[in-house]
Amino acid sequence: MDERKIRVLIAKPGLDGHDRGAKVIARGLRDAGMEVIYTGLRQTPEMVVEAALQEDVDVIGLSILSGAHTALVPRIVALLRENDMHDVPLFLGGIVPNDDVPAMKEQGVTEVFGPGTGMNRIVASIHDAVDRRGNATGE
Amino acid sequence: MSDLAAEVRDGSRRALAKAITQVERGNHELVAALYPHTGNAHVVGITGSPGSGKSTLVNELAKAFRRQDLLVGIIAVDPSSPFSGGALLGDRIRMRDLSGDPGIFIRSMATRGSLGGLARATAAVVKLLDAAGFDIILVETVGAGQAEVDIANTAHTTIVVEAPGMGDEIQSIKAGILEIADLLVVNKADHPGARNTVKALRMMLNMGQGTTVRHHGRLLGVPASGAAGAGGDGTWQVDVYETVATSGEGVVAVVQAIGDHRDYLRSSGEWAEREGDRSRQEITQLLQARLIDRLEATVPAAERDRLVAAVAAREMDPYAAVEQLFSRMALVAQQDVNA
Repeated sequence: MDERKIRVLIAKPGLDGHDRGAKVIARGLRDAGMEVIYTGLRQTPEMVVEAALQEDVDVIGLSILSGAHTALVPRIVALLRENDMHDVPLFLGGIVPNDDVPAMKEQGVTEVFGPGTGMNRIVASIHDAVDRRGNATGE
Repeated sequence: MSDLAAEVRDGSRRALAKAITQVERGNHELVAALYPHTGNAHVVGITGSPGSGKSTLVNELAKAFRRQDLLVGIIAVDPSSPFSGGALLGDRIRMRDLSGDPGIFIRSMATRGSLGGLARATAAVVKLLDAAGFDIILVETVGAGQAEVDIANTAHTTIVVEAPGMGDEIQSIKAGILEIADLLVVNKADHPGARNTVKALRMMLNMGQGTTVRHHGRLLGVPASGAAGAGGDGTWQVDVYETVATSGEGVVAVVQAIGDHRDYLRSSGEWAEREGDRSRQEITQLLQARLIDRLEATVPAAERDRLVAAVAAREMDPYAAVEQLFSRMALVAQQDVNA
């Protein structure tokens, strides 16, 4: 039996304590048939990458509302690289000023989802990213 | 041995994580390659109703075992949605204390349609962690109600966690989950009603005095409740422990009892007996799964759907439908033999 489920890590790095958004996304992805591992609040970049490694996720979604993305994302990207996991698609959601989006993408973030992004778009983006990675690695 | 299996043996965490994914997708070769290296870990199951504090207790148990320098593998199972097939795996939230420790490996699993409190691949994932060198493997089941007892076939030691206020003492004498406990834990012992829950469970244990109950499928005497451990007549005495997992209170006694239970299993010969039971059960389950897979490969989906529709419309009874499917399979098997 070959059962391929998309496994997604939804993580809240940093110190902001608002995870309604992360929970809505986690629930939406669950309803789209994905297996969502939710880390809970106040994760360090190390904790996020460790969880992604142990859970062997297909996709990482970060929820950051505090403006700390400019510090946290580069650190997470560096740790992913250290662990040879830089091919795992990384998504960012929350409050990210438009001006920061190009820099985030340059860092390796696949897509940035701001307030009001529809669930369908997020699900479609995840499927695309997983397919692209699958084609690249031949899995 | 495949490269991935060799890397798992060498202790690569990335390889272990990838191997688990493979095994969840049905890769048997990996398990087969690693099977000779299994059999060393003490597998401890933690089950109980949703919200009773299983994950928080696992967090505390893992910390305590790490203080004994044991390597701890954790498998946390949560249910898959029967509608979307998706799952929300949230047990790591309670285990944040454990991150950053290379002596701990946590993996969340969704049940993927399996009933009984575990995923179909959980037993195989236990083997991977065993082969990777983990000394203790904590398996946390889905929030289990009354009858999800599969964990007793997977674990050497089964802990049933109860929280106060979950019903009267009649609940405690019903058949099912309480019967599989080697240790009973009343968590949230600082909550009102905890004393009553402990009392109800002790009463349940005492009622068995002088009689016998089925335990892990065997008839065992149930001695009066006292300190847990091997009783005078050489049987294991199930006892009730009180914990407050959020503060770690009472956890030391549970850890001690888990160790005592392992020693008891080893010295009484029951460890080997349970391994035998487990292997038998596992072969039966794999065979069942294989037969279903074979059926689905043999009989086209359209034909199976026609039978389903006929049964739903009351044109055929379900036994007759199974008879038809079964004879189709038997026919193909016969052709295989002749070929």
